[in-house]
Amino acid sequence: MMGNSLRGNCAIVGTAESDLGEVAPGMTPVDLTAQAIVRALEDCGLRLGDVDGVFTATTQTRMIAMAVSEYLGITPRYFDSTQVGGSSFMAHIAHARAAIAAGRCEVAVIAYGSTQRSVSRKFASPPERNAYEDPYRPMMPPSAYALAASRHMHQYGTTREQLAEVAVAARQWAQHNPRAFMREDLSVQDVLDARMVSDPFTVRDCCLVTDGGGAIVLTSAERARDLKHRPAFILGTGEHISHNMITMMPDLTVSGAAYSGPLAFAEAGVAPRDIDVLELYDAFTYNTLVFLEDLGYCTKGEGGPFVSGGRIAPGGALPVNTNGGGLSYCHPGMYGLFLLIEAARQIHGVCGERQIAGAELALAHGNGGVLSSQCTVIMGSDATL
Amino acid sequence: MNEAVERSPLAIFQDHCRRGELAYQVDAAGNAVFYPRLVAPGSGGALEWRISAGLGTVHATTTLHPRNAEPYDVSLIDLDEGFRMMSRVEGIAPHAVRIGMRVEVHMSPGSDEQPPYPVFRPLEDA
Repeated sequence: MMGNSLRGNCAIVGTAESDLGEVAPGMTPVDLTAQAIVRALEDCGLRLGDVDGVFTATTQTRMIAMAVSEYLGITPRYFDSTQVGGSSFMAHIAHARAAIAAGRCEVAVIAYGSTQRSVSRKFASPPERNAYEDPYRPMMPPSAYALAASRHMHQYGTTREQLAEVAVAARQWAQHNPRAFMREDLSVQDVLDARMVSDPFTVRDCCLVTDGGGAIVLTSAERARDLKHRPAFILGTGEHISHNMITMMPDLTVSGAAYSGPLAFAEAGVAPRDIDVLELYDAFTYNTLVFLEDLGYCTKGEGGPFVSGGRIAPGGALPVNTNGGGLSYCHPGMYGLFLLIEAARQIHGVCGERQIAGAELALAHGNGGVLSSQCTVIMGSDATL
Repeated sequence: MNEAVERSPLAIFQDHCRRGELAYQVDAAGNAVFYPRLVAPGSGGALEWRISAGLGTVHATTTLHPRNAEPYDVSLIDLDEGFRMMSRVEGIAPHAVRIGMRVEVHMSPGSDEQPPYPVFRPLEDA
């Protein structure tokens, strides 16, 4: 191991969701962020006074680190509001572990809040003007992902039915999660017959639009061992930015997960086949499929057949998105934090009927923008150190 | 002392559109660059404007289905000079737009708020 390795230097010790779904009238993103932070501290047995690092990002409050710190009455020694869309929180993990290693903070909270269902997406994430896209009226972000999916279908023969399998698997997992927003039965045919949004995606290929927030508590390995849960040690991280506009994506069929994944696996010293449970950012059904390819679970182009036949559903060979995902559990705009929460909870062993027996290694992969930012986090129990 | 820029890349691009021209840029090595910029990606060097012949190929395509309006196309077009842009293929049903289809540019007239902008039609002999 290299001398400057951060492998296992810190661990996720507490997790919490705020209120989810459609929250009480007048609630703000800061309300939800603060609620989640206090709940996450309760989950691990730390107090607000222990927090000396704040990592947070949102689309609704420009200076969220200040707003949250003021609300909670804390003055963190270290803060970071890196904003790369839905993968921001994986980047926060990577930055927080470096800060902890450098002695800049010891107890970091990574948190998020959104009221995008209550205030509508138009107000939660006002679109930025773009003179080279706006005249064509793409519906962003769905149309960008639809364009990428169209290319994958053209090159590899991926079908709408295969994309629908991803939504069906997510729904089946959601049926094991009491906090999931949508739990009714869903079939491949239901997905295909739903209202078309941006071909090839129907509304059931697209993530939910919900309110919600969450928080995780990250602290040094030494301190983690004295707290309530079995720690989820951070073993490896990888960050990659490939473009901003979908027009500039180097290859529409290859995401930055092909770069962030290998970085995280190499640092963690594990291979894709070693991972017990995967949480992949499913903003759209296509995401799960392309991330499985790019993270090394099947060869490029084989994602469609790979996700078919219930392979990633409950009872399948590979547990993916065990909370029901952005497609069926919740999706308050920047969903990445919820992937980290579920991955850590699988290591903590607190997932109830959806708990993966013997989960020692978990992977959370975040996506932001229009397949633009890709960040991977691999975490494991003390048995994996 | 550095001279201030008198016309933005967008203003120059739109000037060309008003003349019916699809403009793009090339860097010192001759690589096509789009969207228009002040400096070349990768090198930071100078860029020169060029006029595209307007011929290209559909690289990716989606049909949008608004709740209370007619469906329409959004496509990514690879121009023969080596750059890619977002646009719309007109003159055929949106669902009939196919990846690999050869297309040629024309200018949509725009409106009071929107200057003329490039859209595409299937090439006649396609």
